[in-house]
Amino acid sequence: MSFRSPASIKTGLIDRDTSLAFSFNGRQMTGHAGDTLASALIANGVKLVGRSFKYHRPRGIFTAGSEEPNALVTLRAGAHSEPNTRATVAELFDGLVARSQNHRGPLHFDLLAVNDLLSPFLTAGFYYKTFMWPKSFWEKLYEPVIRSAAGLGRLSGAEDPDSYDKGFLHCDILVIGAGPAGLSAALQAARSGARVILADEDFLPGGRLNAETYEVSGMPGYRWAAETIAELRSMETVRLMTRTTVYGAYDHGVYGALEKKTDHLASADGKPRQVLWRIYSKQAILCAGATERPIAFANNDRPGIMLAGSTRTYANRFAALAGKRVTIFTNNDDGWRTATDMVDAGAQIAAIIDNREIAPLVAPAGAAIVMGGAISDTGGRLALKSVTLSNGQTIETDCLAVSGGWNPNVHLTCHQRGRPQWNAAINAFVPGGELPVGMRVAGSASGALTLAACLAQGHKAASEAAKALGFTPSRSRPAPASDEASANSAFWHVGNSKKRAWVDLQNDVTTKDIKLSHREGFRSVEHLKRYTTMGMATDQGKTANILGLAIMAEASGKSIPETGTTIFRPPYTPVAIGALAGRSRGSEFRPTRLTTSHQWAKEHGAIFVEAGMWLRAQWYPKVGETHWRESVDREALAVRRSVGICDVTTLGKIDVQGKDAARFLDALYTNTFSTLPVGKVRYGLMLREDGMVYDDGTTARFGENHFVMTTTTANAVLVFRRMEFARQCLFPEMDVHLISATEQWAQFAVAGPNSRKLLERVVGREHDISNEGFPFMACGEVTVCGGTRARLFRISFSGELAYEIAVPARYGDALVRRLMEAGREFDVTPYGTEALNVLRIEKGHATANELNGQTTALNLGLEKMVSKKKDCIGRVMAGREALIDDDAVRLVGFRPVNPQDSLVSGAHFIARGDAAVTENDQGWMTSVCYSPHLETMIGLGFIRRGNERIGETVIAADPLRGSTCEVEIVSPHFIDQQGERLRG
Amino acid sequence: MIIHHPLLGPRDAAEFTVLGDASLIERPDPQSADAEDRFYDYVYLRDNPAGLHRELWYHEQGDRSWLVVTRNTLTHEVVGVELARDVALAKRTGKRARTRKGGSA
Repeated sequence: MSFRSPASIKTGLIDRDTSLAFSFNGRQMTGHAGDTLASALIANGVKLVGRSFKYHRPRGIFTAGSEEPNALVTLRAGAHSEPNTRATVAELFDGLVARSQNHRGPLHFDLLAVNDLLSPFLTAGFYYKTFMWPKSFWEKLYEPVIRSAAGLGRLSGAEDPDSYDKGFLHCDILVIGAGPAGLSAALQAARSGARVILADEDFLPGGRLNAETYEVSGMPGYRWAAETIAELRSMETVRLMTRTTVYGAYDHGVYGALEKKTDHLASADGKPRQVLWRIYSKQAILCAGATERPIAFANNDRPGIMLAGSTRTYANRFAALAGKRVTIFTNNDDGWRTATDMVDAGAQIAAIIDNREIAPLVAPAGAAIVMGGAISDTGGRLALKSVTLSNGQTIETDCLAVSGGWNPNVHLTCHQRGRPQWNAAINAFVPGGELPVGMRVAGSASGALTLAACLAQGHKAASEAAKALGFTPSRSRPAPASDEASANSAFWHVGNSKKRAWVDLQNDVTTKDIKLSHREGFRSVEHLKRYTTMGMATDQGKTANILGLAIMAEASGKSIPETGTTIFRPPYTPVAIGALAGRSRGSEFRPTRLTTSHQWAKEHGAIFVEAGMWLRAQWYPKVGETHWRESVDREALAVRRSVGICDVTTLGKIDVQGKDAARFLDALYTNTFSTLPVGKVRYGLMLREDGMVYDDGTTARFGENHFVMTTTTANAVLVFRRMEFARQCLFPEMDVHLISATEQWAQFAVAGPNSRKLLERVVGREHDISNEGFPFMACGEVTVCGGTRARLFRISFSGELAYEIAVPARYGDALVRRLMEAGREFDVTPYGTEALNVLRIEKGHATANELNGQTTALNLGLEKMVSKKKDCIGRVMAGREALIDDDAVRLVGFRPVNPQDSLVSGAHFIARGDAAVTENDQGWMTSVCYSPHLETMIGLGFIRRGNERIGETVIAADPLRGSTCEVEIVSPHFIDQQGERLRG
Repeated sequence: MIIHHPLLGPRDAAEFTVLGDASLIERPDPQSADAEDRFYDYVYLRDNPAGLHRELWYHEQGDRSWLVVTRNTLTHEVVGVELARDVALAKRTGKRARTRKGGSA
């Protein structure tokens, strides 16, 4: 049976010439362009669209907008499926597939409807009370059962195949909402010369003008809306954004908005599905309108019971009848308009029930009028069949239109501490005194619930905003209209019924739950919300909260304003996580930085590891190598035997120049750089101001006033930030300038006894790089490969004769290929970060494992590097008593007494015979590796007085992973203790 | 939030990293007799006012200026923005730093 009004009676704002096929739960139906899924379902006579959250009660469409609590469906299928979509805002397209949610078995015969019979046990907070014993059953039984029975739609579990974008917009005046007030405001703002953004969540701008039958400027309201939109579209200074919800008001005139780009199309066709906008406004006018509220009475949740204004929206805008024999239950004048509109659309009015004593308007012929009446119960299992009045009379009806008055949509006014104020004239909260900076409110959102007032307020707010920005407001007048009858009364629920009356349809919260939570001591409205779940989930209680507050106020004997509201927070309506993530997903979550030798390393089969944002070669497996250790052992051995190459570009490089560069570095590092000769490199240690070691690295002096320093890979950004802080805030009188050059130079370590011989084939012959001409810790500018400028450093992390050579980044790929070619004779071996780590542990060099922010120079055995002749950041605090205690932990080496034993980092040291408890803790292992040179595992670690205990054995205990091992304390320099190799 | 950079005009707070209390500019004299006590206060003790607060912000995604932003922690209103270097220099010479009035339009 069709519930679409014939075009001859009511045309509606749909395109009857364009039919769209869609399906709901497999049933094929037809709608028209301009329909929402909800209006198309109503036109097809579908009443039952879902099951409720807790009791699995049959539910129908309750509203016609984004406040919908009931009609949540899953749209589309497979990976594209989108659960919990409000059918009332889902725009119909050809081929749309929708399914209902939260039922087991078919929708009309939900097996879990048994929950409804169990309702006495499922009251507010039932899971805190009922399922307490036995304790272990909660996780294993109760919670999984409750979770599978309760709830909303299900995610597909597949990765979201759609893409989302982010964007930034700027304007003079942002108008939020394109109803009568918003259109009036946007028009006046634009005519006054301001750059305007007008955003509306609907696909058809006009707001209630499209849903009511009022006239504006002597024409139907919807037509005035369309003409105004056309004028706004023709202005270059106006950006009209439909399908765009401004969901949050942030600091300093910044607003968040979600634009739905392709949700109304069958396929996104490669375009972004939604765009998350950040709108920078100088002034904003909130014209978000108002939301109608229901009245609570027994069994007020049956399909066919709908907000009165929504029945008018469906009748007027969509030519769809929510019922053919309509009953109206209202506490205000606005509800009465439903009668005339529904009759005009082709329905019959069974009765109008008003709690007040005097009828405000004339009712259509044939309608029974019950003044001072109320509805005490309803009937009909899967759809409404009848209503029973307090006087005992029963009326047969298939649609009950309920109006409890209107609530201004104050949400965005409250996103920054603003609290709404109670307005007794309209029995609703209106925006409070403290609005977000630059925001004005106009129209119903401000509490002006009549049309002429909305148009005038929008116009006035725009004039004021334009004036505030220095524009001369246009002399045009607001569009004329009349103010309709709008008297209302405070009447929230029909009391004294033993049956359940729903307050929050989405969360199945009843009037009893609210009274119960009050009895159980929940006095604050915020506690009420958390205990009963009222106002949670996708609709955030847009239709429910005020009823809850009213009932709570009644129970506590307070007024509604004394009871107060919960805090409104963004977003106004749900925003998909995908939209918040935008393009920052998967591997694009953050940038990936590649070294210049990346391509070459890939060609050589390198395994890569993430180091911060960088990808670095971890090792280079050769054919036949089946375990990573084989590759790493080979690489480490090759370095000490002949020569290896490792990309060290990722270390931070900071160029320091200026008259005071040396003095600046003295202040930054514990040791002295002003004494460093030009052409030399020095290792430096940096502290935090609290005295702990922060970072280390080498600094080369290329000129009197020019240094190039390196940082660890992980700290490159942070050290640079701190250096700028020191330069600008601590030592502003110094003439020194900094720039990061990490990405400008590709740098390679060339390490091993044959490293010089290899480099002699690459470095220009005019440069003397012999041991005498270019000794250990020398640096200089050279040329390579016949003239390319390069920097050469004779520094060693491996303890071998070694160099680092840097070229402008664009030559990095060429250089690594050239080095490999030149080193073929020496069997040159590329090595990755794992071998690098083995070589440094063998030499006892500290890295991030040791410089973990809790260790001092003394702990690291580097106390001699802290100069006493000058100040530096951290020097004073490093001298604190507790930090220079003789009993402090010291960095030493460890070897297993049994060479076959494994070491693990993170193990703690205890004396032999002691229990592995915190009281006996003497220190911890920081780094371990297998040393292919010593053919055993070795480790570095901190142990109390370690430097005095060489040769002692202790237990390395790891209770967490269940291992203990006897280890000998040794020098951290496992190889070449005299350091002769690197000077050779 | 919008921060009115004294050199670059209004910039989104997302371009900055924040360090906190601007008292960090006032590093104690390491030569003073009670240096350790004064450094202890400098490193560990901060006021956490509800109201106007002078904070250090670093324009990391911009010109790398450190700024002293005077911000109301209750309303996020920015009432003044200065270059931290000017503030630090002014402390030495006893003169006032140039201030750009901040806040949103």
